[in-house]
Amino acid sequence: MSEANLEANNAAEDCTAREQDLIARVQRGQHELFYDLVQPYERRVYAAALAILRNEADAEDAAQEAMLKAFANIRQFRQESRFSTWLIQVTVNEALMRRRRQRMVGMEPIDDRTDDKDEPDYAPRDFADWREIPSEALERKEIRQKLAEALATLDRKYREVFVLRDVEHMNIQETADTLGISIASVKTRLLRARLMLRDLLAAGWEQGWFSRLPFEKGTKPW
Amino acid sequence: MTNGNITNREVLNCEHVWREISNYVDGEVGSTLRSAMDEHFRTCRRCVSVLEGVRNVAQLYGDERILEVPAGFSRRLEKRLAKDVRESERRWSPWSTWLVPLAALALITGSVRMASSITPGFPAKSQMAQRGQGIPPDLIVLVATGTRVFHVAGCTFIHNKDEVRSITAQEAIAEGYVPCLRCMRKYLDVAAIRRAEAAGDLDAEADEEEVEMRGN
Repeated sequence: MSEANLEANNAAEDCTAREQDLIARVQRGQHELFYDLVQPYERRVYAAALAILRNEADAEDAAQEAMLKAFANIRQFRQESRFSTWLIQVTVNEALMRRRRQRMVGMEPIDDRTDDKDEPDYAPRDFADWREIPSEALERKEIRQKLAEALATLDRKYREVFVLRDVEHMNIQETADTLGISIASVKTRLLRARLMLRDLLAAGWEQGWFSRLPFEKGTKPW
Repeated sequence: MTNGNITNREVLNCEHVWREISNYVDGEVGSTLRSAMDEHFRTCRRCVSVLEGVRNVAQLYGDERILEVPAGFSRRLEKRLAKDVRESERRWSPWSTWLVPLAALALITGSVRMASSITPGFPAKSQMAQRGQGIPPDLIVLVATGTRVFHVAGCTFIHNKDEVRSITAQEAIAEGYVPCLRCMRKYLDVAAIRRAEAAGDLDAEADEEEVEMRGN
């Protein structure tokens, strides 16, 4: 193991130990520490709620409500799963309940019930070469904005799975459990989401989203 | 882990590779399929482009920097949590003087409850109801007022959706709820469910639950 990896592992272990200590202290009644416990995950909680509700104000409210529910139920958390996974599950439940309520009052369209198996395979666009978007590009706000816009164009069922898997880093089983769908559906939806996003980002090149990124002279996009 | 129904000697076409490319990136393909895909990538520039694109997407969206919250989000969240914490402590403070005698009582009753929590507090509604195997105790599930079944979020068989609350699976079981035969299927005895389906008991159970909910 390299020195950098070792350092990263040690940092992760310290972080987990600190989190376990915080959980135990909040469960024993030091409620004022709850914000310290959830603060590292607030952006992930918001992202999960936004993936489901697609409206910033609703997502923020759902994120806050989910944190309050997590606080109210913290004594039931037994550390048999990761705290972050549990927190995201609470958030997804809260967001799904809100969406159900919105549908009942006609604010949201009823779900399409298309079975994943009935949908034709997705054929990705044909490019000779993929021109990589380096992660340094994320330093730029307009790039982050474009990526968020691309994600928002995906259908709900693809967006939810993609966010839980690739943004929240849940495993396939956790994603299936959280959304109440099968493992096969998680895999199918994730594949489609990734392929569609790949094509959307490629189209972004053509529209000049990444035109200011530094690349070697003479490199052709595709 | 999948091998995509291929044999050692089979040559993959591009459509087959695209179907498995996400599993390939996640390390979810078996060694036979992986070798066949590696072989395909050596000669197919288009599929390499798809592979690199999918990897690039996963890498970009997996980066912490992609997660943005609206301005003032943290401050508003902290404020709301602080308010809730203060309120919960106020609710509890009158009880604090009773804590010592209550603790003694809780010790006695707690041991009795622990024993009784192994079995559901309510009798199971259906003969087909099962307690389930291996349900993670921390799994957040949904229960609706007036029903006896707990579900995972997204289940389309939840009745009385207006009065749904989130609790852990452990709490749901302790309160006498049984797992939904549809959405919690993987934790149940599938053979028993199939017998129930054949006998039409699944629909009967859903109807029964709805009737009870209306009665409440």
